[in-house]
Amino acid sequence: MIDTLVIPLLKIVIVLNATLVSVTYMVLLERKVIAWAQSRLGPMRVGPYGILQPVADAVKLMIKEDITPVRADKWVFTAAPIISMVPALIVYAVIPFGPEVRLFGRQVTLYITDINVGLLYIVSVASVGVYGIILAGYASNSKYPLLASLRASAQLISYEVAVTLTLVSVIMMAGSLSMVSIVRAQESSHMWYAFAQPLAFVIFFIGGLAETNRAPFDMPEAEQELTGGFHTEYSGMRFALFFLAEYANMIVVSSVATTLFLGGWLRPFPNVAFLSFLDFVPSWTWFLAKSFVFLYIFIWVRATLPRYRYDQLMRLGWKVLIPLAIANLVVTGIIKVILL
Amino acid sequence: MAQAIAFYFIAACILGFAVLVVSTKDTVHSVLFLVLDFLFVAALYVLLGAEFLAAIQVLVYAGGIVVLYLFVVMLVNLKRPPEAHSDPHRRTMLGFLLAAAVMVEVGAIAVYGFSQPAMVAVPGAATPVTGNTAQIGWLLYTSYLIPFEIASMLLLVAMIGAIVLAKREL
Repeated sequence: MIDTLVIPLLKIVIVLNATLVSVTYMVLLERKVIAWAQSRLGPMRVGPYGILQPVADAVKLMIKEDITPVRADKWVFTAAPIISMVPALIVYAVIPFGPEVRLFGRQVTLYITDINVGLLYIVSVASVGVYGIILAGYASNSKYPLLASLRASAQLISYEVAVTLTLVSVIMMAGSLSMVSIVRAQESSHMWYAFAQPLAFVIFFIGGLAETNRAPFDMPEAEQELTGGFHTEYSGMRFALFFLAEYANMIVVSSVATTLFLGGWLRPFPNVAFLSFLDFVPSWTWFLAKSFVFLYIFIWVRATLPRYRYDQLMRLGWKVLIPLAIANLVVTGIIKVILL
Repeated sequence: MAQAIAFYFIAACILGFAVLVVSTKDTVHSVLFLVLDFLFVAALYVLLGAEFLAAIQVLVYAGGIVVLYLFVVMLVNLKRPPEAHSDPHRRTMLGFLLAAAVMVEVGAIAVYGFSQPAMVAVPGAATPVTGNTAQIGWLLYTSYLIPFEIASMLLLVAMIGAIVLAKREL
């Protein structure tokens, strides 16, 4: 009873709350980092150095007027933010934050579940998230959101192909689709897959930027051309849901990249006995630290790079990333056959 | 017991959404019901212990193909004037005949199924690998290699056909 019901529920509650809190603080971090990159101070008023800004933002968004345009498709308009948010959250079910640990005299795994198609589950759930964006643009019954959503969905479908192909080469290395087994495989092969699969790693990260609609691929939100993007007609909490979904997806991409390429919860050089003093740091700390590096790079890239033009974006996706990913896959296969 | 309840609930949802797909006036809503339908089919696969198939169902059908349907439906203006319903070319009789034929077929299968003794699950060919995904891969590349290759050939033909249609002066 306790093992099958109470502990999983507790884990779900903890992971969901931690995610939502870190999402709100990601927004603050982004504003701060971009402000520093531009020699500004960023939010400073609410709390010391603005650390209570997320609370103020949340309150503001919740008490704002919630407007549904008269000509909008009401049902779809209501469903779209939910469809964006839910896939971004349920993906956390298979992300391993750490191995088994002893907690209050009980073996507890630091992941909600470990299914044998874990990675495939993440990819397929993420592919459903596209509907939130398409439907938001369609249901608003307004031309800018519609244009933005068409762009967004074309972009997401294109980059999904490249990202999935890189995942296949990682799966070939690990010989498993389960997230926990992929980390274990990196432990036993004494190598992070970022070094074994450098090309896949780079393509995955670029594709991840595009999949989360982040700069330099934030086409759907190009303010100069599309006023506000697919969520132009949304206000209040519904707008906030899209916003939260974007940041939750960033955390998902960072966590997946950490698990697949940076050895998940493993400490650096897990096979070097000389460094075993590092073991006193709990495993989940390594996981969070590595993910944080990715999140920081996301923001850093946004502060640094200008936005791609739409045709350049499509050309990069179809004519550079996908062929490279396929070539990487073929080479991985050949090497695997030769070495076995 | 719980399995049976889950099965009948999912089956009812699949049928209900399938009816909504063809009966809804708004084409976009119809496509959305199709997505829901596919998601429930994936749930049925999970119930049968075929997680790999379920994930692929969501990835390929719900997440891939139907997005393209949505594109087409949103870009082509399908809001026709009401007189389109009295389409002279509509073959109502043919439709009813086909529906009746399918009903007879389903009925025959049901009657035949109930008249036979309960089927004993035949254990599949022994595979040297364990695990859902690995077994599917093994079977695809041994027992079902030719059907698998033919299916991939068909997809290749469709791809080349699309390219030829799109780029006539290549």
